Amino acid sequence: MLINRRKRDDAEIPSGSLPDIVFMLIIFFLVTTTIDMDKGIPMQLPDRGGEVRVNPENICNVLVNASGQVLIDDDPAEIHQIRDILQSKLEARGRDTDGSWRLIVSIKTERQTSYDIYIQVLDEIKRSGASKLSIAEPES
Amino acid sequence: MQFSTKSKPKNDIPTASMPDILFMLLIFFMVVTVFKEFRGLPVLPPAARTTEKLESKRNVAYMWVDKFGRISIDDRIIPLEDVSGIMAEKFADNLRLIVSLKIDKDVEMGLVTDIHEQLRDAYTLRVSYATRFR
Repeated sequence: MLINRRKRDDAEIPSGSLPDIVFMLIIFFLVTTTIDMDKGIPMQLPDRGGEVRVNPENICNVLVNASGQVLIDDDPAEIHQIRDILQSKLEARGRDTDGSWRLIVSIKTERQTSYDIYIQVLDEIKRSGASKLSIAEPES
Repeated sequence: MQFSTKSKPKNDIPTASMPDILFMLLIFFMVVTVFKEFRGLPVLPPAARTTEKLESKRNVAYMWVDKFGRISIDDRIIPLEDVSGIMAEKFADNLRLIVSLKIDKDVEMGLVTDIHEQLRDAYTLRVSYATRFR
């Protein structure tokens, strides 16, 4: 006669609902994930150090006033025309020995000019292919 | 005599490895998830066609300027004069620092120029104007 009738416990964790739990966690992380890329227009500010002398003929002045009117080397222009005008000016001055354009574009705004217009102008200048940019102190 | 040997194919997808696949997805999303630490100010950046992606997030410091001219760095509103001090500290920690300027499109250029001057004082010369794709 057997007295030792102790039942062996089933030592298994039920894993049937594991996918459900994992699904729920995945949905949580899917919802909370924000893959936001930082984007913008890169710009290098000038050093505080010594001023660099450049040939004034290599400078193209782009003036923007508070109402969004643009003056390129004393000729009035619309914002959407900037690209074509600058491209012809860049071609006219030619390239330096290192292959970059010789022309330096200097942007000058008024203190009341809106940032939106400045970015639009900067955008057009970048699209023209000009690589040498300079930000002049605004006129108050 | 029966010749019914037509074998019935099993028509269920094996689900034994489903938890493994799900765990892999879970780990991916856990690693990718970044809980936002600070939100800054409500800002509508201008749109531009030459918008580029910033190379790495590690070297980026953010600065918000809303249309009322308030400046926020690290979720604190600070006066303009303090910008150079804070940025100089950040620059000392990371010499490859890029300052992402999240400036509202209605801000006037006077303030933007003042911020440029503060950044030049702090020697953080690499900036990026945050813009939207057009």
